[in-house]
Amino acid sequence: MTEERRIRLLIAKAGLDGHDRGAKIIARALRDAGFEVIYTGLHQTPEMVVSAAIQEDVDGIGLSILSGAHMTLFPEVLRLLKENNAEDIAVFGGGIIPPDDAQKLKEMGVKEIFTPGASTQDIIAWVKENIRPRE
Amino acid sequence: MSSNKQEWLDTSYRKSAERPVRFSTLSDMELEPLYTPEDVKSDYATALGNPGEYPFTRGVYPSMYRGKLWTMRQFAGFGTPEDTNARFRFLLRQGQTGLSTAFDMPTLMGYDADHERARGEVGREGVSVSSIHDMARLFDQIQLEQITTSMTVNCSASVILAMYLVVAERQGASWQRISGTIQNDMLKEFIAQKEWICPPKPSVRIVTDMIEFCTRHVPRFHPISISGYHIREAGATAVQELAFTLADGICYVEHAIERGLDVDEFAPRLSFFFDLHNDFLEEIAKLRAARRMWARIMKERFGAKNPRSMMLRTHAQTAGVALTAQQPLNNIARVAIQALAGVLGGVQSLHTNAMDETLALPTDMAAMVALRTQQIIAEESGVVNTIDPLGGSYAIEALTDRIEHEAMEYIKRIDEMGGMIRAIELGFPQQEIAESAFRYQRQLEEGVKTVVGVNKYVIPEEIPIPTLKIDPAVEELQVQRVRKIKRERNQSAVREALKRVAEACRSGENLMGPICEAVRREATLGEICDVYREEFGVYTDPAWL
Repeated sequence: MTEERRIRLLIAKAGLDGHDRGAKIIARALRDAGFEVIYTGLHQTPEMVVSAAIQEDVDGIGLSILSGAHMTLFPEVLRLLKENNAEDIAVFGGGIIPPDDAQKLKEMGVKEIFTPGASTQDIIAWVKENIRPRE
Repeated sequence: MSSNKQEWLDTSYRKSAERPVRFSTLSDMELEPLYTPEDVKSDYATALGNPGEYPFTRGVYPSMYRGKLWTMRQFAGFGTPEDTNARFRFLLRQGQTGLSTAFDMPTLMGYDADHERARGEVGREGVSVSSIHDMARLFDQIQLEQITTSMTVNCSASVILAMYLVVAERQGASWQRISGTIQNDMLKEFIAQKEWICPPKPSVRIVTDMIEFCTRHVPRFHPISISGYHIREAGATAVQELAFTLADGICYVEHAIERGLDVDEFAPRLSFFFDLHNDFLEEIAKLRAARRMWARIMKERFGAKNPRSMMLRTHAQTAGVALTAQQPLNNIARVAIQALAGVLGGVQSLHTNAMDETLALPTDMAAMVALRTQQIIAEESGVVNTIDPLGGSYAIEALTDRIEHEAMEYIKRIDEMGGMIRAIELGFPQQEIAESAFRYQRQLEEGVKTVVGVNKYVIPEEIPIPTLKIDPAVEELQVQRVRKIKRERNQSAVREALKRVAEACRSGENLMGPICEAVRREATLGEICDVYREEFGVYTDPAWL
């Protein structure tokens, strides 16, 4: 039996927003659930997020944005991943994101958007179900 | 009747069934089934005092809301300065009594609208202000001598205050008479909100410059609002919120005294800002404990003589973090309960959140319901007819004592570490808060704590509500505006003024004079903050998990 490699995740705070309560709770809960988690710290540009994701060879990026800049920052992260031939890194996220924006982001390729009230258990279950180790 | 509490507990209470839940506050303080006179040991005169009398537990003013209601001050800001100016004037027409300004992230972090890092953030969660011209548009047709304005801004506060003062100057309003509050509490930024430019020491130096400058030149302005709000929102317990806020206050007072100010010269202009979370009794007790603790700290620790130096005057805001995206109309009920706790806790100024704020900035309708909630408390509920109506409640007094005691223990620990700046450098408050946030999240998921509509009484299909949209054209307009200023102004005058700011950074001269001059010459917010970056260096987040 071959043991599957542990899933590696980057939890990132993009943009100027400093609200890191959610990102830290989720990073910690995902780590406790057995994933390898790297947390970027605050105030990351999309370039910094994508470069960290590639260097750290992660399978997924969880972006936390509560500043309303989600319609700029998510698409930019997707575009940079594509530009770097890394679009197989799954992007998901959460924050203050109205439902119609969440819908648009999913159409662009964001795998899932979690809003306030989402439980860490739901997020862990979603990651287990939807994120696979990259080839 | 049973002769004492213990006997009653053993004989009557234990015989009856208890629901199988944990009877604890939101911050997880376990409460006793009953509080009686046995739980209130303290003496009325020393622990409570009448309203307007030391230690101000029952309120800072003798007549409290019978004399003057609290200021209804709804935090507002989005889009262009014109958009926010229109919302301000809408709120004033609806009976609001003070202004409170929300700035966008680039402004809060000291970047102009045209900076690369501002992309996608301009006007999104506050108003975009890059220059004196934006500030003038923001307060167009609002007489700064007639209204008090609160401005929520911290690391770039010195520049924003300078812009406000220059706008006042141009309106012909006297600096001696204008009044308002600038948040300007950098310590809680490092602890909780995480908006910063330079490291803690130079940040506190800039704060101290502003306290000194306002004391000398803008005497009716509150140069700082020492804030627990963000600390609580980041996950702190009520005790941690109170302890870290007062420990921040102690640090600012020490710096101002070190600067050569007499404590009674500046302390009457210090103001505070607390969170109003869901736990009704805990929040009322927290506010009462805050007043008593601050009074004692100012008198005993700093030797203040003027009673006004000992009065903790506070703004409060209902807890944003308590709002739910699920069944958002339920938030109206939450906000009403939280606001009522603020009023029963004796606050001087109040913001009630709008029910739609977990989804976006509030619509006009949601903002109006939030304001109406305060008006209902003020004019329908009757709680304002007598002062501190819950004073003397065994439960409230016992909780007040307990919160004070536990918060003092934290303050002692911080003193032992060498004060708040050192504690922040060690990551102490940050890690305590993260720990509390995680513990609460676990309690929520285990069902120990309930959030209606989120982990109980869930409905399968949410009913959508309308949300405010920010026009993406705002960003482009604000970018063009600041670029135009940068092209057309007198460049050598700006260069010279920025050089003066840099010199003041180095010499220790009060920064506010040179910053006001730079603002008059159309130096932008980003340019002045760049001087800080250059002179003081940039703080980076220690990414603890």
